[in-house]
Amino acid sequence: MLLPRSSLHISLSRLTLTDFRNYAGLRMEIGSGHVALVGPNGAGKTNLLEAVSLLVPGRGLRNAAYAEMLRDAAPGGWAVAAEVEALSGEVAIGTAWRPAPSSDGEEAGRQVHVDGIPQKSLASLGEHMRLLWLTPAMDRLFAGPPGDRRRFFDRLVAACDSSHVSHLNAYEKAMRERNLLLSEPGPDPNWLSGLEAGMAEMAAAIAAARLSALENLQANIHIGLSQSAFPWAALTLEGEVEKLLAIMSSVHAESEFRRRLCENRRLDAAAGRTLLGPHRSDLAVVFGPKGMAAAQCSTGEQKALLIGLILAQARTVAAAAGAMPMLLLDEVTAHLDSGRRRALFQTLDTLGVQAWMTGTDEGLFEGLGKAAQFFHVEAGTVSPMTRS
Amino acid sequence: MSRRTAGPEIERLIQILAKLPGLGPRSARRAVLHLIKNREKLLSPLALALAEARDKVVVCSVCGNADTVDPCSLCSDPRRDRSVICVVEDVSDLWALERAGAWSGLYHVLGGTLSAIEGVRPEDLAIASLSARAAAPEIREVVLAVNATVEGQTTAHYITDLLKPLPIKLSRLAHGVPVGGELDYLDEGTLTAAIRSRREF
Repeated sequence: MLLPRSSLHISLSRLTLTDFRNYAGLRMEIGSGHVALVGPNGAGKTNLLEAVSLLVPGRGLRNAAYAEMLRDAAPGGWAVAAEVEALSGEVAIGTAWRPAPSSDGEEAGRQVHVDGIPQKSLASLGEHMRLLWLTPAMDRLFAGPPGDRRRFFDRLVAACDSSHVSHLNAYEKAMRERNLLLSEPGPDPNWLSGLEAGMAEMAAAIAAARLSALENLQANIHIGLSQSAFPWAALTLEGEVEKLLAIMSSVHAESEFRRRLCENRRLDAAAGRTLLGPHRSDLAVVFGPKGMAAAQCSTGEQKALLIGLILAQARTVAAAAGAMPMLLLDEVTAHLDSGRRRALFQTLDTLGVQAWMTGTDEGLFEGLGKAAQFFHVEAGTVSPMTRS
Repeated sequence: MSRRTAGPEIERLIQILAKLPGLGPRSARRAVLHLIKNREKLLSPLALALAEARDKVVVCSVCGNADTVDPCSLCSDPRRDRSVICVVEDVSDLWALERAGAWSGLYHVLGGTLSAIEGVRPEDLAIASLSARAAAPEIREVVLAVNATVEGQTTAHYITDLLKPLPIKLSRLAHGVPVGGELDYLDEGTLTAAIRSRREF
């Protein structure tokens, strides 16, 4: 089952910001079509995308500190509220952050409300929203450090498998405990072995979820081949446990990885970190048509490859979640020639997603379907545009 | 600072209640107001119950359960199977198992889980007393009923390694398919755990 079962797609119908970045107060009413945000550099277009990206678990598309998102001189905290056509039907999602407890007893930190009901954790956002993004900061994804590619890929896995994030967190926690114990003189071997058992259990689950998401993604890349102007990518996961899973059952891979951790105690202690495991895995990307490592391709080719990958991801998430995710595409049209731009807009229409895009000039969105809505963004204000 | 709206006695009560798990300042204030409005029906009986609990509740010196007698009523119940011990993290877990009525043996409360980062070491948990209890000749089995979290499992492994030399059976709760669950909906980790802990029909 690779294509979405229904035409359900996740979209926003209203966005309200309070003291968020350069917006003191903002209300946007949105139809179900694409959203094009047009305005000069520094107007606050990406800030809007960032606000939307806070409607899924995590710190948003800039991965910034919450305090940075607070408008200068704002007395309390920031808030992002949205009416969403979500997995669970229409819901009102609100998330807010405040640096200190408020006078009426609201706690400090990040809060999430769904339909007005306070949620225990950020993770509950994942029950309603699916969202993928592409930002200029990701242009260096293929040539950059493996951690960036791993996190990029893990976001996809998490969108398909809601337990992935908690497995990653549990693994990291046990790993930190083990690193700390190994840094002390004469660590308790029983304790270490208990932590390694937990790490191995989580590692096998993490690697299995990644491999299954990779398989689906690869299948969707091939489906998209014929109908896309974007080059296809050949993907492989390079990692200790992923490699084990290719040749043995997960139960055996788990005990083998546990054995290797035990064997590596002295090495890890000397290095001050854990040298093996799913926290070191990398996503190897090859530019399909040329059979060339993505990192060696031209800037334009890398961008096109990345867009193709995001579109395939959207199909993969749609198949897993039963609804097309929203797409946030920051400055995506800038590096594309007009042919590729049209092809992108066509693919977005075929997929039936709601894509939020930014650009400095209205002309960059020529060919975007009639249902798209244009907004002019300037200095903290957003106004609907009539299209020329 | 918020303006003071009530006398110091009321403020103090709110502050103390706000420290309870699950209560914030706002819900503590609501609880206090409710208590004041229902002075005879709630406030007085609560004050009495609290005073009584303070005077009488003790931690069982054998298993770590909370009760008004020591050893606790579970430890001294003659109908219980005294050859098997079920190890739990907290008294709340013991109560959960008792509610389910699933266990008729003895208990042992650890009082937490191992955590290097939070500085909880083996000597901070009731592990030494567990070793001593498990070494008694009448004990046949120790069941580790800790949470399926990494911390819980680490602690379980630690105890397993420690008790391995004893001539007793060591077991743990099964992990895997929940009652009424469908395989298609389980994540990879849970499925692997279920396969690993499969059992004979």
